[in-house]
Amino acid sequence: MFDIVKARFQQGHQTMAYPDGAPPALAPHFRARPVFDAARCPDSCDLCAQACPTRAITIAAGRIELDLGRCLFCVDCAEACPTGAIQYSRDYRLAVRRRADLLVGPDGEPALAAALDDKLRKLLGRSLKLRVVSAGGCNACEADVNVLTTIGWDLGRFGIDFVASPRHADGLLITGPVTRNMKSALVQTYDAVPGPKIVIAIGACAISGGPYRDHPQVHHGADSIVPVDLFVPGCPPHPLTILDGLLRLIGRIDGRRNPDPSRSPAAGVNREKIDVPSDER
Amino acid sequence: MNQADSLPLLGAGRAISRRLIPDLALDNFQQVILDAVRTGRRVASLFGSLEAPDRLRLYVVLADDTQSILRVASTLAGRHYPSLTPRCPQVHLFEREIAEQCGLDIVGHPWLKPLRFHPPLFPSGRPGNDRVAPPGVMDFYQVRGEEVHEVAVGPVHAGVIEPGHFRFQCHGEVVFHLEMALGYQHRGVEQALLGGPNHRTIHYAETLAGDTTIGHATAYCQVLEALARKQKSPRAQSIRGIALELERLANHVGDLGALSGDVGFLPTASYCGRLRGEFLNMTAALCGSRFGRGLIRPGGVRFDPATCTVNDLLAKLDICGRQTRQAVELLWNSSSVMARFEGIGPVTRRAVVELGMVGPVARACGLTRDARQDHPSGLFRFIHIPVSSWDGGDVFARAYVRWLEIQRSLDFVRTQLRSLPPGTISSPVGNLAPDHLAVALVEGWRGEICHLALTDAAGRFERYKVVDPSFHNWMGLALAMRGGQISDFPLCNKSFSLSYCGHDL
Repeated sequence: MFDIVKARFQQGHQTMAYPDGAPPALAPHFRARPVFDAARCPDSCDLCAQACPTRAITIAAGRIELDLGRCLFCVDCAEACPTGAIQYSRDYRLAVRRRADLLVGPDGEPALAAALDDKLRKLLGRSLKLRVVSAGGCNACEADVNVLTTIGWDLGRFGIDFVASPRHADGLLITGPVTRNMKSALVQTYDAVPGPKIVIAIGACAISGGPYRDHPQVHHGADSIVPVDLFVPGCPPHPLTILDGLLRLIGRIDGRRNPDPSRSPAAGVNREKIDVPSDER
Repeated sequence: MNQADSLPLLGAGRAISRRLIPDLALDNFQQVILDAVRTGRRVASLFGSLEAPDRLRLYVVLADDTQSILRVASTLAGRHYPSLTPRCPQVHLFEREIAEQCGLDIVGHPWLKPLRFHPPLFPSGRPGNDRVAPPGVMDFYQVRGEEVHEVAVGPVHAGVIEPGHFRFQCHGEVVFHLEMALGYQHRGVEQALLGGPNHRTIHYAETLAGDTTIGHATAYCQVLEALARKQKSPRAQSIRGIALELERLANHVGDLGALSGDVGFLPTASYCGRLRGEFLNMTAALCGSRFGRGLIRPGGVRFDPATCTVNDLLAKLDICGRQTRQAVELLWNSSSVMARFEGIGPVTRRAVVELGMVGPVARACGLTRDARQDHPSGLFRFIHIPVSSWDGGDVFARAYVRWLEIQRSLDFVRTQLRSLPPGTISSPVGNLAPDHLAVALVEGWRGEICHLALTDAAGRFERYKVVDPSFHNWMGLALAMRGGQISDFPLCNKSFSLSYCGHDL
């Protein structure tokens, strides 16, 4: 008993300050939102598109476009690029509400996920209960979703919980491309969630089929089966990317007032401005 | 004279010309397997490959762990194949797999049921053999009698877990038998690997089982390097070895935390849950990805750790190593935990040997089966990690073996980081040898990962066979549950910690 108390004292308080404080430090080679320098693209060069294992890159009329929903963040494209026109930044904020917002090019502001509408947020109150359906894939997305429930991230402090029954859930969190063998189970689970319900697709597989796209054994991700409200790209997405998406969805972080971490000098460790109701501070 | 001794030798991580692989008559092929298993060797892989339309060839890889050698043999499959399973239980899943993938009539298999519920990889053209059942629909083993009841769980589970269906035959709380129906994660990887390698192949290897990215990617790269007769730089070998042990550390620490959570002991569950993340972050420090995506590449590794990264890692290892020791030792010193670990979910040493189980599950029954020692490749040819084993075969033994391995891996990673050899980290892999067979065995954190490639005349994959350690071990979970309480299932399941996606491919 004494050892248990001693361990509790020595292990200390480990829950991170984010989102009220700085996000956790990210590794030196951490790869998130790709940025393009179109001026460096040689004419009629498509080496990046050829190198991409999931055909995430298209080049039409000289304009490069990358589908974050297919991207494995493997940097095969950046390595193939002779001029360094593609770089992977440390901007971990990748979640969006609409599939089309995952198509990124050299121009334009990155889209960030907007909060659910006021009516739905009011209905949910200060809790969001999700049923996880793993539907193919490699279990890495599941692992980094699970990590959010550990004491370091402590997802419960935001009222977000994973529940054991679809009947108790406000929505589904789906990983994997949705294999043919999981389609029926996914549809039945979706039907069992009382409406109104939301669906969150985590990872390249759940958004587009990922590395398994076009296999006859899988579908093209969750939104080929059920309507999706939040897309979180990555292979797998960093837990911070997932948490950022979830917090934006429930309105704990406001996209418009957020600085872009990739453009600030201390990338990845800067402080986020948070829209927190005063009673939660 | 044991026939298996006359088969050609092959080391793990080596290639052999297909001309040298003996083409045995079917009964001879089967006798070789029986003799080998009877004399203590294991079936590392057994599979079918279509070498020409209507010509299905079966291959076997037999592992001799005491001699550190592999032997291969093949036979041309006819229409019928008498099952070896009644005489050699460790081929039971391999034969079910061959029946499903190749549409071969396997006669006399006691439980010839679908394995992954998919259309055949090599359709036989005979409609009866190529039929696909809907997932989970099969003739489950059933116990009948008064008060006997069936409990069905899954494929969607209560937590954040991969899908699988479990069918328990129970009498009150006591489980007579548990049968699994898997295949929900089947995404057709072996089919997609045919004709490779291509841009996607390394990504398939990295996602065969996401928590074993380093293990599977290393096995794949070793196959490629064997086929291209490619030497890796010592620095690349060291980084691969470090990454493999960091993967083991993260998963073992996470499993001990989860086991603790399953018996309601929250201190260790909380600490180990966080510490697992710290070890994943160490892998991220090497390559940017917590799971090691992008690190292991054919010809070496993609990222070279800077000196400051190495120093950071050493400092973190010291802190996390200390915290892990404190968190884990709470388990062994808490009688309430030990009462729930000891004697629960036992598997016998005999069952482990007969079924060819691998990894910590086998080592928890006193076996010293470990590919890092038995079939060393890469760094492990030069630096040896002591094999950790314990006996008892129960949940406690499986947990304790993990703790022993955590300590060995911590020492190993520290030593290797301090003595990283200089030099390049990668060089291109040339063309693959045509008409060759290459095998790699890597001791992942769950046990032996076996990758095998057969190249055609153009040096492309005519067949690529993956055996995840879970494939050998799922039956062990069923045996561990026999006679136990159904409420112990989550605890037993976690103590095996098997992969669904690695099994389903």
